[in-house]
Amino acid sequence: MGVEGIGASVVRKEDRRFTTGKGRYVDDIKLMGMTHAQFVRSPHAHAKVKSIDTSAAMKMPGVVAVLTGQQIVDDKVGNLICGWAITSKDGTPMKMGAWPAMAPETVRFVGQAVAVVIAETKNQAKDAAEAVVVDYEELPAAADIRAAIKPGAPQLHPEAPGNVIYDWTIGDEAATDAAFKSAANVVSLDITNNRLVPNAMEPRAAIGDYNEAEEHFTLYTTSQNPHVARLVLSAFYNIAPEHKLRVVAPDVGGGFGSKIFIYPEEMVALWASKKVGRPVKWTGDRSEAFLTDAHGRDHLTKAELALDAGNKITGLRVKTYANLGAYMSLFSSSVPTYLYATLLSGQYNIPNIFAEVISVYTNTTPVDAYRGAGRPEASFVVERLLETAARQLKVDPAELRRKNFITTFPHQTPVIMAYDVGDFGASLDAAMKAIDYAGFAGRKAKAKSEGKLRGIGLSCYIEACGIAPSKAVGSLGAGVGLWESAEVRVNPVGTIEILTGSHSHGQGHETTFCQLVAERLGVPISQVQIVHGDTDKVQFGMGTYGSRSAAVGLTAILKAMEKVESKAKKIAAHQLEASENDIVIEGGMFKVAGTDKSIALPMVALAAYTAHNLPDGMEPGLKEGAFYDPTNFTFPAGAYICELEVDSATGKTSFVNFVAADDFGRLINPMIVEGQVHGGLAQGIGQALLEGAVYDSSGQLVTASFMDYTMPRADDLPSFKLNHTTTLCPGNPLGVKGCGEAGAIGASAAVINAITDAIGNNKLEMPATPDRVWHAIHG
Amino acid sequence: MSTIKLTVNGKAVSADVEDRTLLVHLLRENLNLTGTHVGCDTSQCGACVVHIDGKAVKSCTVLAGQAAGSNVTTIEGIAKGDQLHPMQAAFRDNHGLQCGYCTPGMIMSAIDIVHRYGGKLDEATVRHELEGNICRCTGYHNIVKSVLDAAGRMNVSQAAE
Repeated sequence: MGVEGIGASVVRKEDRRFTTGKGRYVDDIKLMGMTHAQFVRSPHAHAKVKSIDTSAAMKMPGVVAVLTGQQIVDDKVGNLICGWAITSKDGTPMKMGAWPAMAPETVRFVGQAVAVVIAETKNQAKDAAEAVVVDYEELPAAADIRAAIKPGAPQLHPEAPGNVIYDWTIGDEAATDAAFKSAANVVSLDITNNRLVPNAMEPRAAIGDYNEAEEHFTLYTTSQNPHVARLVLSAFYNIAPEHKLRVVAPDVGGGFGSKIFIYPEEMVALWASKKVGRPVKWTGDRSEAFLTDAHGRDHLTKAELALDAGNKITGLRVKTYANLGAYMSLFSSSVPTYLYATLLSGQYNIPNIFAEVISVYTNTTPVDAYRGAGRPEASFVVERLLETAARQLKVDPAELRRKNFITTFPHQTPVIMAYDVGDFGASLDAAMKAIDYAGFAGRKAKAKSEGKLRGIGLSCYIEACGIAPSKAVGSLGAGVGLWESAEVRVNPVGTIEILTGSHSHGQGHETTFCQLVAERLGVPISQVQIVHGDTDKVQFGMGTYGSRSAAVGLTAILKAMEKVESKAKKIAAHQLEASENDIVIEGGMFKVAGTDKSIALPMVALAAYTAHNLPDGMEPGLKEGAFYDPTNFTFPAGAYICELEVDSATGKTSFVNFVAADDFGRLINPMIVEGQVHGGLAQGIGQALLEGAVYDSSGQLVTASFMDYTMPRADDLPSFKLNHTTTLCPGNPLGVKGCGEAGAIGASAAVINAITDAIGNNKLEMPATPDRVWHAIHG
Repeated sequence: MSTIKLTVNGKAVSADVEDRTLLVHLLRENLNLTGTHVGCDTSQCGACVVHIDGKAVKSCTVLAGQAAGSNVTTIEGIAKGDQLHPMQAAFRDNHGLQCGYCTPGMIMSAIDIVHRYGGKLDEATVRHELEGNICRCTGYHNIVKSVLDAAGRMNVSQAAE
């Protein structure tokens, strides 16, 4: 490793612009003649739209146009789609209701747009939106899973009787039932996985810019995957063919999954731009983010674990109801199925697993992938069950886990996944050592003598990242391949541009991706530019989510680099009159091994472009591209341990210590990896202690602002103690696994296990607010 | 409409704005100082923090008219040429930012915290004082580290001045 190579904690190149206020986010962009959009949104969770009167609004100052849902339907803009087909256990396809970008007839959640006002200024658009008169006929609403599935429940979509989208199963039901029949002990739990609001700090925004002369659209948008946005907007929404649509995702202020999806506002900005003949900007406010960004989680689960007399796990049976909200968002169907139930084996050797997942419509905001996406829900089920089993069987929770750990690899679970490598015992050892697990009993006794309830909680998580082998996900219903592409351009002066389909919205790609170049070519990272987020610049890409950018995106860059190096070696050999096989690359020099003959990269590059003296038949230039399709998922895993105290008088929880031991394979930039873990842990702890989207029975979101929805703040969280163990991923040449979601996947179970340990009552739902904890203590 | 005159980052400026215009919108829309961000609509998140006459203020909670005649400093105004402010440098060196959206407000709040506490800052105080700034990326771990680091750098540089 050089000072800037793989494994170095290089400070980020992007930070100069971010720390000086020079970032360029969508709302910072101003185009000539730009207008501003304000949506008219439903105040009702379920209602018929009887009429929309735009006449008063049209007379308001500065108003350019008022457009309605019927007009977008009349113009044949396509309905929003869900891109992952799930088949029910009876063989029928999932039942998807129509989702127009603005509702012409029926609204199904509070905040759904019915019309949009386009005006000269944002304030004028807001004023005029107030003057649009919509006549609604309210309908009864089903605001949560239980309300949606009970007999006689209000029906959301005619396509989905009983509001059931699919009833899907995985695993061997008969074998699992048999394991339970012969079990020495059975542990069962009812689990609510609370609904979360992603709340990236930058609200979503979009600018549609139609160029009439070229019949060409440009969309500036807050996206994690601009090429996927272009593909969907083109192929399914009929906005424009791909060659007439450019999508730009500049600096994006966090995503956490919520900016994967293509939203109605982006479609409307493009469509409206053509309608009014001017650029149209929409910038959401936080209230709109709460109401319209896809939410996360929201499961009701019954889970049972079967164990034999020797405390070996023999079976796991899970039944989950998943709330997908009022419409099926882009990847919503895959989250509670292939991203959830396939991880139910956790780190354990479980011979029999059966899971049934029933996804339902409710009159709430659509639910889709949020940091971890299914895997936090799975990890929470497994780790709460293990902890509960240890208490029920009166054995040490660490020992029960260790007894059941998978220790040989590769390991095929009963739920699709084939774990390639890992050392779960090593992570657990590292975490136990870091928190002085052995000394906990003493600390607990001391705390008790001081009137405090102290608890410790473990969570040994595993996740499937590096999403994903295209063939595999295609066979499971995915509508897209999940490879990545890259291009490496060596300029004639020897500087390098890396074009990548990955998108950075906080992950630091502009630094870490350069580190690969520094490692291989010895080029300083200041001489390397990462180009991303623009479909006109980068040929294609699948974007950033599912902790895939290093495992898939960076591997694609490596593949392109290898091609560049191969050609450069041929040129160097020709220039040095040596054999290509004798050329080695060291510190930016192409050297003839065992001699003092060498040529620097810029001279090789210049030779490639002057083309005065290239090997016979060689094309000029030094630029190569590659597509990389992974052969398997990667399997980051680790152990988190939380130690905390509960004040029995108030129910308030205080952290004593939170330690992590993660195995992410090779680390490209440990500083950035640790930052990713910190952020993930904060979101996992937020779910456990603070966050929860609450709807009332009429379908009003009562936690629709930062005044009502508790975001983790600095004094809610501890400093974290991070450790790493390493097994290199054999599935990619860099040996990397992915680190973006681990914290959010593993943390919540550790916290709840610790609180329930402290208070001696296992019945506690997330978020474990002081009120809930107090009631759990005092009944 | 009113004409508002004020000093921003040491320069006298004036802008014609609607009376309901918030300071943050005057900065972003009229002066093109887009480093100051809007992250919420309830004065909770602190992405919009600037200094008014040396004190950290949420610019989404101040009418532009209220800032007339005052001296406003934004994130664009704290570096000296190429030399980052010690707080900016500390955020970079300690990986105190990821997506960068909350960062300008964080930095402006953090400078104010250090000014108020001088060398007496500890982790608990920093965490308490950052109550009005929300970050979704970092879990605050490295932000707290950055502020404590900068407190040392700022006290040293203040002593040197």
